[in-house]
Amino acid sequence: MTTSLITIEGLRAQIEEKEILRGLTLDVKPGEVHAIMGPNGSGKSTLASVLAGREDYEVTGGSVTFNGKDLLEMPAEERAREGLFLAFQYPVEIPGVSNMNFLKAAVGEMRKHKGLEPLAAKDFLKLVKEKAALVELQDHLANRAVNEGFSGGEKKRNEIFQMAMLEPSLGILDETDSGLDIDALRIVANGVNALRSPERSFIVITHYQRLLDYIVPDFVHVLYKGRIVKSGTKELALELEERGYDWIKEEAEANA
Amino acid sequence: MSPAKEKWMRTLVSHEFTNGKAAAAIEQFDFPTTRDEDWKYTRVARIANEEWKVASDAAIIDTKAFEIDGLDTYTLVFVDGKFSSTSSRMPAEQGIHVSQETVLTSERETYEHFFQAMADAACTDIINILVEKNTIATKAIHIIHVSTQAQSLAQPNIRLIAMSGANIHCVESFVCTSEIKVFTNRTLKITVEENAHVHWDKIQLESDANFLMNEDNVQISSNGNFTINTLTIDGGWVRNALNISLDGQNIEANLNGFYMPRRKQFVDNHTKVDHRLPHCNSNELYKGVLNDQSTGVFNGKVYVHLDAQKTNAFQSCANILLSDDAQMNTKPELEIYADDVKCSHGTTTGQLDEEALFYLKSRGLSEDNARRLLTSAFIGDVVSKIENDAVREYVTQQLVQRELLVA
Repeated sequence: MTTSLITIEGLRAQIEEKEILRGLTLDVKPGEVHAIMGPNGSGKSTLASVLAGREDYEVTGGSVTFNGKDLLEMPAEERAREGLFLAFQYPVEIPGVSNMNFLKAAVGEMRKHKGLEPLAAKDFLKLVKEKAALVELQDHLANRAVNEGFSGGEKKRNEIFQMAMLEPSLGILDETDSGLDIDALRIVANGVNALRSPERSFIVITHYQRLLDYIVPDFVHVLYKGRIVKSGTKELALELEERGYDWIKEEAEANA
Repeated sequence: MSPAKEKWMRTLVSHEFTNGKAAAAIEQFDFPTTRDEDWKYTRVARIANEEWKVASDAAIIDTKAFEIDGLDTYTLVFVDGKFSSTSSRMPAEQGIHVSQETVLTSERETYEHFFQAMADAACTDIINILVEKNTIATKAIHIIHVSTQAQSLAQPNIRLIAMSGANIHCVESFVCTSEIKVFTNRTLKITVEENAHVHWDKIQLESDANFLMNEDNVQISSNGNFTINTLTIDGGWVRNALNISLDGQNIEANLNGFYMPRRKQFVDNHTKVDHRLPHCNSNELYKGVLNDQSTGVFNGKVYVHLDAQKTNAFQSCANILLSDDAQMNTKPELEIYADDVKCSHGTTTGQLDEEALFYLKSRGLSEDNARRLLTSAFIGDVVSKIENDAVREYVTQQLVQRELLVA
């Protein structure tokens, strides 16, 4: 049996005294793609935030083991260096900070963490060019301030571009499909697919089945009221698309 | 006379009051207090409680360490307020004249406070820089104020006249040889005649122990162009009073500044822009990043007189507090008497954007680096206003050395 990349057990988390995650359990092995779907307010984005280390959330129970280490003990930057990457639902605009300087700093931190020498300027630029092409991101965007004035689609492509640069072992996509038209969706999905490998796993959080036509998951989980109430394969996503979430809610309430 | 002032005057070593009107004004004033509107947030008690002495002679000093790489300059060196011609590299080109005086003979119309009167009455040395008509200086002039002796009271006075059509770039540095307690009370008067261009970069780089008071008075005539960048990188107690009078038409005046106080540093910028005649532009941009228990003050006055129609006057002062104990006091004051003008002002004081910080950290940047990247971007606007590449590079390096900026 392969060792898990990330094991989430009985995770409970709250924000401002309101419990959002209520005992969530999930196990992801290297190379697997897990989709997490669920109705609004079920806790999907909270899960992404808690895993990435956003401090607004208080973890009140459970555990998360990432690469054999206690993820919850690490500050956000440490999680990133250990190989966890969150593609934001709403990437932040940072005026005045150039994408390049930011990436250089980030890539530098990753390499330092792995005990590698900093990349020579020439090699860095080569890497930027190569990875930007993955998501059809124009060169000039790489030179602009981080996300400033980017369209919705450009912001999401920039997230995948950063992921490609940082080469994480786990990519968490938080509703990356939201606000994307069909062309942008295809580009983003192609980028993600190009990054799939036997070592790299993904947790794809989405509200709609549409994205999963492009990024085909190995497993689909339904999150409801802070817990995974149903798991299946990609067929489950199609069923949800057809029938909506009500039957899941009813099943969950009946089992509760 | 208050006991504090009485003691201050009594203990002031080797002074001699020369300017009659200024000397009389010294009698009239006491130390400003926080009850005076212009000094509301500016405490001078620590200056008042020290014993100061006026340096007797200018020491000879090697200023190589304080010069700016890649900038070809003449240098005018003041050591503890005394002009040191031996240490200086005097201008040697046609149309630029530098002369020295020891006693200030000209008198102000009125005195506003004690330190103004002191500066005139016990001025340590005066340098007059004259740039003749249509002279375009081939080199910049670098004025270096070096503090070397503890407890010295330095009161240098600089006067620059850029005659019509002249063009000159000056850099003024305030530095010290070690962390010593000094009080520099320096006065600057700039006259920008018609069509003249003056660009002044002021770089304040002293230690936590120093007190630095600057008064800059600038008069600009028609079609004149004046820019001053006030860059406060280090200093325990710094007050800049900048008074700009736009006395003609079609003038452009730019006032930019940044300050990044930390520990218990105090930085005060008082600016006053007087629009007297039509068709002039003034642009003011100040940015501050305050850490630890530091304090900042910004007071920006803009007057648009009745005759100054078609004025464009913009003022902005934005600040970030990095710690709960840092404090920023801002006060824009606009008085507009003309009706066909465009004026705007905005002062903000906030914190670093938590979302942006988290975003950077989620990409592996440490808390410190993430903060530095954000504060660098924040003051980057002002750094980019430094037109000369060598000066901008020097300022950047000074900030990087102090871990205030990521290059």
